[in-house]
Amino acid sequence: MSKTGAEKVSPIQKLMDNPWLLLVLGVVLPTISYTVWGWIELWNLPKALLP
Amino acid sequence: MATTVPGTMPIPSRPTRNHPPGEVRTCDTTGLTVCTTADKFVRYHAVSAVVFLAVGGVGAILLALTRWPAVHLLSAEWYYRVLTLHGLNMLIFWILNFEIALLYFLPTALLGTRLYSKALAWVGLALMTVGALLVDYVILVGDADVLMTSYVPLLAHPLFYLGVIVFAVGALVGVGNFFGTLYIAKRDHTYEGSMPLVVFGATAAAIIAVVTLLHGAVTLIPTFLWSIGLMDAPDPGWYRITWWGLGHMSQQVNVCAMVGVWYFLGTLTTGAKPLSESVCRGAFVLYILFINVASAHHILVDPGVGASWKIWNTSYAMYLAVLASMIHGFTVPASVEVAMRKKGYNQGLFGWLINAPWGNPGFSGFFFSLVIFGFGGGITGVVLGTQQINIMAHNTLRIPGHFHVTVVGGTTLAFMAVTYYVVPLVFRKEFYARTLCKIQPWLFAIGITMVGIGMSFAGSYGVPRRTWDAEHAGAAFPVGIDPGAHVMLGLMGIGALIAFTALLLYVGLVVAAVFFGRSNEGTKMQAWHIERDLKESVKREFEHEAGDHHVPGTVVLVGVFLASFVVYYFANWKWLADVWWVR
Repeated sequence: MSKTGAEKVSPIQKLMDNPWLLLVLGVVLPTISYTVWGWIELWNLPKALLP
Repeated sequence: MATTVPGTMPIPSRPTRNHPPGEVRTCDTTGLTVCTTADKFVRYHAVSAVVFLAVGGVGAILLALTRWPAVHLLSAEWYYRVLTLHGLNMLIFWILNFEIALLYFLPTALLGTRLYSKALAWVGLALMTVGALLVDYVILVGDADVLMTSYVPLLAHPLFYLGVIVFAVGALVGVGNFFGTLYIAKRDHTYEGSMPLVVFGATAAAIIAVVTLLHGAVTLIPTFLWSIGLMDAPDPGWYRITWWGLGHMSQQVNVCAMVGVWYFLGTLTTGAKPLSESVCRGAFVLYILFINVASAHHILVDPGVGASWKIWNTSYAMYLAVLASMIHGFTVPASVEVAMRKKGYNQGLFGWLINAPWGNPGFSGFFFSLVIFGFGGGITGVVLGTQQINIMAHNTLRIPGHFHVTVVGGTTLAFMAVTYYVVPLVFRKEFYARTLCKIQPWLFAIGITMVGIGMSFAGSYGVPRRTWDAEHAGAAFPVGIDPGAHVMLGLMGIGALIAFTALLLYVGLVVAAVFFGRSNEGTKMQAWHIERDLKESVKREFEHEAGDHHVPGTVVLVGVFLASFVVYYFANWKWLADVWWVR
């Protein structure tokens, strides 16, 4: 592989070589998709009417 | 100076780049640079893990012999107490201790760096130990019969919640120490280019552990404050969603760590190399981004959240993580097939598999773990996570049937398998009774498979989970269970006896080796099977990817897997269609 080729790193590879960015994404994504969205659903739940 | 072959993993650089004097050695077997400080904490966490495994294992057999109606061993009070003890010791204390051991061992050995902080390692170890002992004590004196989930409004003694919090903080400190180790390895250029795949897998596990432990803190700190009267009880719906961010996500840490161990053992036992570094890393990234949303499986019958939330988190997003598992499920056996074929085991479709080193407990344990996790855990996981099917299976014994083949048949068996290398390489002690060592993974695999099948099919007959008496004796009206369920619960009980025997064997063999085994310092570890030089295979693993992708045997195995998946999936839909008339 030429030197230029060796230096050219794809964005996906850069992501995979950056544990800090992966850490941030790995915390934020499930927290929004699962936790925060779930809490919002609960907060927006209307109170049950007693019979 | 580290070197990198294009498109590949780096070779670890010189041993003493950032190690303090006297805190480094070269492994006589693998040639890897070993940080002796990390080594010490790997040993402490591994011993601690095995102790909690033994405690959880005793709980396991007592529970199995209670759920087996023909035996029905424990009283109701002790059943729920032991169920709490079993869950926490097996799912949290055993596994997280072993994972912290892996998080210290893998980066220091494979990146050629020192451990970031000895002080943090001590703090983490102390907190994890104190927290776990506190929890076990409170459970055993009868002040926390709330099961592992401790759903509010069930209330345990404050020390129970405090113990779990202290343990979680300790684990978080250990994970922080891992990230610190990655940082100094990069800073000190102990490696260049991409980190080895196994360390990348450990990084994925550590990232998921951070999310997990943060959810644990958010759930249990207010619950602790409630238990001491400083807060009102948390909302049960909020608690369930947030707690499963700890409860299920912690099992995803296991998945990542287990897959990393598969790659590691594939290399150590057969010289296998990943077919494609990029694809395997991509699969770990999918885990990091998407696997944690699978916690929503536990909330599928909760009324507080809507269908969009449920379907997105258990289907669309979750299937990207399933894709990752299928990638690993293909590349791991395929890399073994390539390695074996290169050695000349080319006969037919499965000559490579038949001639694999089945007498090596590192190999047999790893391969059984792969098969049990894939066929048992993977298929049942996707099916049970389907919202419509889940309504038939929720809170039945099918759920424990699923996670006993993922966490126990998958993760625990993989960790047992790697122990047969950790003890000679890290403790530098040889195992006694090597024939028993070779039998142990077989026995455990057979036993836990029977447990998984027994639980799953008993659950299909409607046997509930977390219930002391499946037959509901004394109920106001007769309930009973199908005779077929009795057969399946019997299968579960016999399987549990076999698995427990194998677990005792494992604990006994490890204790005998660690405390009384012959030292192998200054020599190579005694090989589990006569074949290759480990130093050579580890070196090759760092050199380049496998170039030959001729894997017909693995393709057939994957075809069998997909066919099994399709049959099981549609059988469940058919079953659902038979439950109600839809007009």
